[in-house]
Amino acid sequence: MRPFAYATPPDAREAVLAVAERPDASFLAGGTNIVDHLRLGVATPGLLVDVTALTSAEIEDLPDGGLRIGAAVRNSDLAADHRVRARYPVLAQALPSGASGQLRNMATTGGNPLQRTRCVYFQDVTTPCNKREPGSGCAAIGGATRNHAILGASEHCIATHPSDMAVALAALDAQVQVLGPDGDRTIPFTDLHTLPGSTPEHDTVLGHGDLITAIDVPALPLATRSRYRKVRDRASYAFALVSVAACLDVADGEVHDVRIALGGVAHKPWRAHRAEEALRGAPATDESYRAAAEAALTDALPQEGFDGGNAFKIPLLTGTLVSTLRELAGEETRT
Amino acid sequence: MTATLEPRAIGRDLARRDGAAKVRGTAVYADETPVADPLFCRIVQATVARGRVTEVDTADAAALDGVVTVLTSTDAERLASTDDAELAVLQGTEVGFRGQIVAAVLAETDEVAREAVDLVRVTYAAEEHDARLAADRDDLYTPESVNPTYPPDTHEGDMAAAMAEAPMTLEATYTTPMHHNNPMEPHATTALWDASGAGHLTLWDSTQGVHPVRQTVTQIFALEPEQVRVICPFVGGGFGSKGTPHANVIMAALAARAVPGRPVRFALTRQQMFSLAGYRTPTIQRMQLAAERDGRLRGIAIDVVEQTSRIKEFAEQTGVPTRNMYAASNRRTTHRLAALDVPVPSWMRAPGECPGMFGPEVAMDELAAALGIDPVELRIRNEPEVDPETGKPFSSRNLVACLREGAERFGWAGRDHRPGVRLEDGWWVGTGVAASVYPTMRMPKSTATVTYDAGRFVGRIGAADLGTGAWTVLPQITADALGVPVEDVDVLIGDTDHPEASVAGGSSGTTTWGSALVEAVREFRDKYGDHPHDGDAASGSVNPNAAEEDYAMSAFGAQFAEVRVHADTGEVRVPRLHGVFAAGRIVNPRLARSQFLGGMTMGLGMALHEQSLLDPRTGHVVNHDLAEYHVPANADVDDLQAHWIDEDDPYVNAMGSKGIGEIGIVGTAAAVANAAWHATGVRVRDLPVTLDRVLPAR
Ligand SMILES: Cc1cc2nc3c(=O)[nH]c(=O)nc-3n(C[C@H](O)[C@H](O)[C@H](O)COP(=O)(O)OP(=O)(O)OC[C@H]3O[C@@H](n4cnc5c(N)ncnc54)[C@H](O)[C@@H]3O)c2cc1C
Ligand code: SF4
Repeated sequence: MRPFAYATPPDAREAVLAVAERPDASFLAGGTNIVDHLRLGVATPGLLVDVTALTSAEIEDLPDGGLRIGAAVRNSDLAADHRVRARYPVLAQALPSGASGQLRNMATTGGNPLQRTRCVYFQDVTTPCNKREPGSGCAAIGGATRNHAILGASEHCIATHPSDMAVALAALDAQVQVLGPDGDRTIPFTDLHTLPGSTPEHDTVLGHGDLITAIDVPALPLATRSRYRKVRDRASYAFALVSVAACLDVADGEVHDVRIALGGVAHKPWRAHRAEEALRGAPATDESYRAAAEAALTDALPQEGFDGGNAFKIPLLTGTLVSTLRELAGEETRT
Repeated sequence: MTATLEPRAIGRDLARRDGAAKVRGTAVYADETPVADPLFCRIVQATVARGRVTEVDTADAAALDGVVTVLTSTDAERLASTDDAELAVLQGTEVGFRGQIVAAVLAETDEVAREAVDLVRVTYAAEEHDARLAADRDDLYTPESVNPTYPPDTHEGDMAAAMAEAPMTLEATYTTPMHHNNPMEPHATTALWDASGAGHLTLWDSTQGVHPVRQTVTQIFALEPEQVRVICPFVGGGFGSKGTPHANVIMAALAARAVPGRPVRFALTRQQMFSLAGYRTPTIQRMQLAAERDGRLRGIAIDVVEQTSRIKEFAEQTGVPTRNMYAASNRRTTHRLAALDVPVPSWMRAPGECPGMFGPEVAMDELAAALGIDPVELRIRNEPEVDPETGKPFSSRNLVACLREGAERFGWAGRDHRPGVRLEDGWWVGTGVAASVYPTMRMPKSTATVTYDAGRFVGRIGAADLGTGAWTVLPQITADALGVPVEDVDVLIGDTDHPEASVAGGSSGTTTWGSALVEAVREFRDKYGDHPHDGDAASGSVNPNAAEEDYAMSAFGAQFAEVRVHADTGEVRVPRLHGVFAAGRIVNPRLARSQFLGGMTMGLGMALHEQSLLDPRTGHVVNHDLAEYHVPANADVDDLQAHWIDEDDPYVNAMGSKGIGEIGIVGTAAAVANAAWHATGVRVRDLPVTLDRVLPAR
């Protein structure tokens, strides 16, 4: 752990400039991830710019019936919001399935999607890791891979993104409001995170100094019938082995519309477009759900590992998706 | 036979005497001992699993403001004894395992020490290491003895013939993974050498035994016992990992030696505990059962393969419980070790019994299923009349009573024994049972004094309370020995200034220290009668138990689990876990229940979660924190119950008590694995029972 400077600029713009100016500067929000990384030596910033007081801590209604969630809104407050619970159950369920009560009281809307992978080698500075130290190699390949990716990985990195909230936001077509050194912009949430490719040091498309100011969730009537299902190695307080965020609209025994995103399988929250396509217009049956899972997993490549590897994620994800969609269809009231 | 005390305070549901201080946060632990102007120690650990340190560049670290000194094997003081390689801290350049201490920093603040260790650059000549345990290695060896002093192998009758001839045989291999103790309070020490140069050392150490720590430290630093004081009023858990001093204690003393007169604090981080504080070896257990059609065992055998560290041997006695659990005239138990380039294994709650009752108790379940016999009944049919190993009668053995009482409470009767046939709301449901056992141990050495002062009796003994309740239970015993109200008695523990006490290990504390206190009281009453004067004092020591010549002594138990396995995902839940134990007289029901429930919860973790992932490529545990090394969360623990049957055992000790700290973890994992089979039809022989292991079948 190294000494670092701590700054609380007067506003968001100043914060962005303060970080943009210094290559070794980082934003600090709830600190539940970055402070661990300071302790572990995974992150060694020279300057921490605290942004919790500089972005909104409010959840506002958008004219289209959606919500704008300020970056400083705590995970626990977001989960408890009655509008979120009514309009986006999938998000209201994803949030409390993550971390613990204490952590969620600290964790923020801006920080959560930007938390870094839980790959044990990434968190251990005595092992090589391309994400932490580009070019040093990937210790996870051939190591402990139970928690690693089956989709979209590369020979440089097989890490998964650990956030639950982000999986729900990917299913909901959320939009990310960003304030950068060059001004404002909006990024579709599904484009925020990147695949590792040959640059696993980047988790997202954000540049240095880009600040998330809010996340917009558009109106999506379909989402009132939605669900987040997380499967993990203990009953609570563990990261997902796999997770499914799904919104389902069934009419006359047929899938009318659907949104699916998968967690625990890739370097980013995985929007399962292929599965959605396979389902639209298909009968709302286990066979269709199974076929959808198959479509989503066409390119799945499991990892071997001394811990048994992660091939189990393929049947696990299939089972989880089928059971989530079946339950959602069971809740279905529309005829 | 000893005359058991008439229980007045014994058996009472008294609250923990140290409870309020702990809840209020005023109980002082080793690392927060109030001392003036402490320095802080942090360590650099080897990043190779085998080889030599060729250079330690300390220049940048030493130059850092606030750094007092950087210790390496070149400049650290030579220790008087380096016989124990685990404790020979900074005594050479050889690296025996990844994570070994190769340098240390002493600084004015913990933050500076932490920064400085990152600046120490160590160069190694790495050698090829070997950290892969397998049963088919060609270099397995037989240890001279297994922990603590059991013979490694036993042969009774002709097991091979039994396997060849019995109408029903079963042969299977079971494994338990590497486990780490992970007490909440990390290993921590505050160390102070006196400034005068007289060589007096005070250690405030988080330990399961202040006197054992003193003994080790006096040997290593060539000191007289009077020169060392070890103090430890409270311990935030140990589970065996603080039973023998590890390298951290020596590190703290060595660091403080460099700055006489200034206290030094040294605490391991959670990650460091995975390489420096002991662990339970992974075990590979090949089981053989030879049975009659009615389930009676003709033979039982366990062949164990496990690991130790190349630099120091620790041989877990995994096969030992099979020696006296069930009646079978043909028996074989063997232990083979692989000496690997890995951290040094050590005690973890119920060494031997805990892993060693997994294979046998799942094998018994498999046998019951193969024969179509109720698994409870199968165990009852194999109940021995006398200890199968020694031929001695048991001082008391109530396994059958525990099985019956447990079956009754759990609602076992009428169980449909077929596996994989109960689907409720999308979950496969099953039930399972397994037996528990733990030997009743008494340590050879412990002394106590009793003093009378101003209407109160004060006992003194260097015992340890690692959360088990010794602060509360020892006064109960002393009060009954004296025949006075427990409110009039204090017993002071946790300090080498008190008379010498044995380690809090082997569930022997209450037996050993309680016996010493009872002896001290006897001495006291002999000398001063019923009307003592202020200042009257007497001392007494634990005696060997003559009854051990004639009787085998163990506690027994039975655990019943209900398991649900999600039909789509394989998630495993344990909605019910009920244990019934027969462990002599229960000195304090409230504290005993905590011990049993704590053991069972840890057993639940062993069943479903715990697994240290030692990467064979690097030789270190990669899931070395509590986010990745899972122990049960609250949500995993549902209807958990511990019960006991009243057991009147006049042979064990004056209290009539048996040890209860460890038995709760024994058998739990087997009960859960057996229930998971009953739920799904999938037999999991390798712990933990994770969802991927039960998922493929359905
Ligand atoms: C033991 C444990 C268990 C956990 N379990 C789970 C779990 O099961 N599921 C789950 O989803 N999460 C889990 N978490 C992670 C937790 O949800 C995240 O740590 C948290 O959401 C991060 O939010 P924060 O505000 O604390 O971020 P910080 O730690 O403050 O920041 C994280 C990163 O985001 C950057 N950042 C923060 N705010 C902004 C912003 N507005 N704009 C740009 N960059 C920003 C920071 O620079 C930093 O790089 C767990 C964490 C722990 C410690
Ligand atoms: S998987 Fe990615 S994060 Fe993990 S070690 Fe490899 S490069 Fe690093």
